[in-house]
Amino acid sequence: MYSEIVMDHFKNPRNVGEIPNADGIGEVGNPACGDIMTFYIKVKDNILEDVKFKTFGCGAAIAVSSIVTEMAIGKTLDEAMKISHRAVIEALNGLPKKKHHCSNLGSDALHRAIEDYLAKQKGRAYHKPEDGPEVCNCPICDVEDPEEAPYCATVCDRTGT
Amino acid sequence: MRIINLDHVAAVPVLPEVVKEMLPYFTEKYGNPSSIHSLGEEVEEAIGEARERVAALINADPSEIVFTSCGTESNNFALKGTVQANRARGNHIITSSIEHFSIMHAIKTLERQGVEVTRLPVDCYGMVDPDDVEKAITERTVLISVMHGNNEIGTVQPITEIGRIAREHHIPFHTDAVATAGVIPVDVKAMNVDLLSLAANQFYGPKGVGALFVRKGVRIEPLLDGGIQENGLRAGTENVMAIVGMGKAAEIAARDMQSRIDHMLPLRDRLMKEVPAAIEDVAVVGHPTERLPNNVSVLVRYVEGESMLLFLDMEGIKIASGSACISRSLKVSHVMLAMGIDAGAAQGSLLMTLGKDNSDQDVDDVVRVLPPIVQRLRDMSPLYKRSGKVKASC
Repeated sequence: MYSEIVMDHFKNPRNVGEIPNADGIGEVGNPACGDIMTFYIKVKDNILEDVKFKTFGCGAAIAVSSIVTEMAIGKTLDEAMKISHRAVIEALNGLPKKKHHCSNLGSDALHRAIEDYLAKQKGRAYHKPEDGPEVCNCPICDVEDPEEAPYCATVCDRTGT
Repeated sequence: MRIINLDHVAAVPVLPEVVKEMLPYFTEKYGNPSSIHSLGEEVEEAIGEARERVAALINADPSEIVFTSCGTESNNFALKGTVQANRARGNHIITSSIEHFSIMHAIKTLERQGVEVTRLPVDCYGMVDPDDVEKAITERTVLISVMHGNNEIGTVQPITEIGRIAREHHIPFHTDAVATAGVIPVDVKAMNVDLLSLAANQFYGPKGVGALFVRKGVRIEPLLDGGIQENGLRAGTENVMAIVGMGKAAEIAARDMQSRIDHMLPLRDRLMKEVPAAIEDVAVVGHPTERLPNNVSVLVRYVEGESMLLFLDMEGIKIASGSACISRSLKVSHVMLAMGIDAGAAQGSLLMTLGKDNSDQDVDDVVRVLPPIVQRLRDMSPLYKRSGKVKASC
């Protein structure tokens, strides 16, 4: 089901943990969806000096979190803000389709940590957006993916999802 | 590496004696039972014998057994066939909120076609209250369908009592006994059921064959129209090999049932006791006593099921989970939600289903291997030690 890179990051996740007195903290997901990711960042001279994470979730969620920390450390804040879902999937050598939406939230959590840091720099509190039910929508019905669309139309209609 | 299969709900091996009985029907005994000549005749006799064996397993008359392609077909057949046959009489079905997908989705289809549905709640053990069944009955009720044993939480429903109520009101009563037939005693007479679904792959028979018990006199329309196989209730050339296999597996299941239960029960009870003892914040799901002898269902807090399953798989331990990440629809188990279990807590579901070949060594290994896996994932989890204790259900 998972690529070798995913399994490697799942088995040996990099940069797990919290950063005491982190410069920014970002969280995404909720337990009902099955995935929660919390990212901690340390910033020096506009560069991500350290990134750590804590994740509740499936194998993909843990691997995504782990590789996002690797991708982010050493980057400028602007560069890190450009880490996309697609880039994460490519770095992992692919993720199963059903995990594209739900479990690929690592970069979002990182971006929120950076926004939290930037807001604090300006002396404001960062208000994290509420994660509504769209975070755990059926990804098979996500028509972004045309390959899955015929399946969607039948199954999701039938089951009312 | 030693493989420990604790996922018998997903698949069981076919017994060698069953395979041996099936093999001649692929090659030398390849006749079509509908043929008049002797090639067909010997096959028809074999199907008749299988029908007797399956009937004996559930205390039915052989004429009341209709072979199908699987438990799902049996369930669809029971629901859609009964509703169709009773169009003039009524338009209302009573069911529970913890049924298998093959009941749940078939009923959704009927609902879209205008059938009214009452879905009964369950208590925190996943148990239906027979009084609720009685209260839900209307003049338009044409079928009551409540499952016997739940594959996911192990709870066994008060079928005899529900059947008695159905009978008093002259309403056909169906039970999905796929998780129980061949595993625990099932007696269609004592249980007051009119329709009962079963599948061979739950009792060491082949996949791709099931049966529906249809009590004499119960009105039902076929799902498949065609020839007059299965007394006109299920058209299509019989899957002879699989039917023969189901018959043999049923015969062995009837013979070995008590010894299998006596073997699995202590293992089940060890797992239900020792897993929560070895790991803090683990809750047992389902009824403590009215429960399948092969089912252990627990919730491990603060972690998600799939990640536990992946680590267990690396250690050779094969189990299942009701977590959203495991399901194809990415939704948490409707069974656990119906029991009042919080969606977040249900993500930590672990479902262990025993078979006749599991051993004390298997239990020892699970109790040894699981705690460090859980701790490792908890150390990674932002929920651990942050949230208050999540209430499971009871």
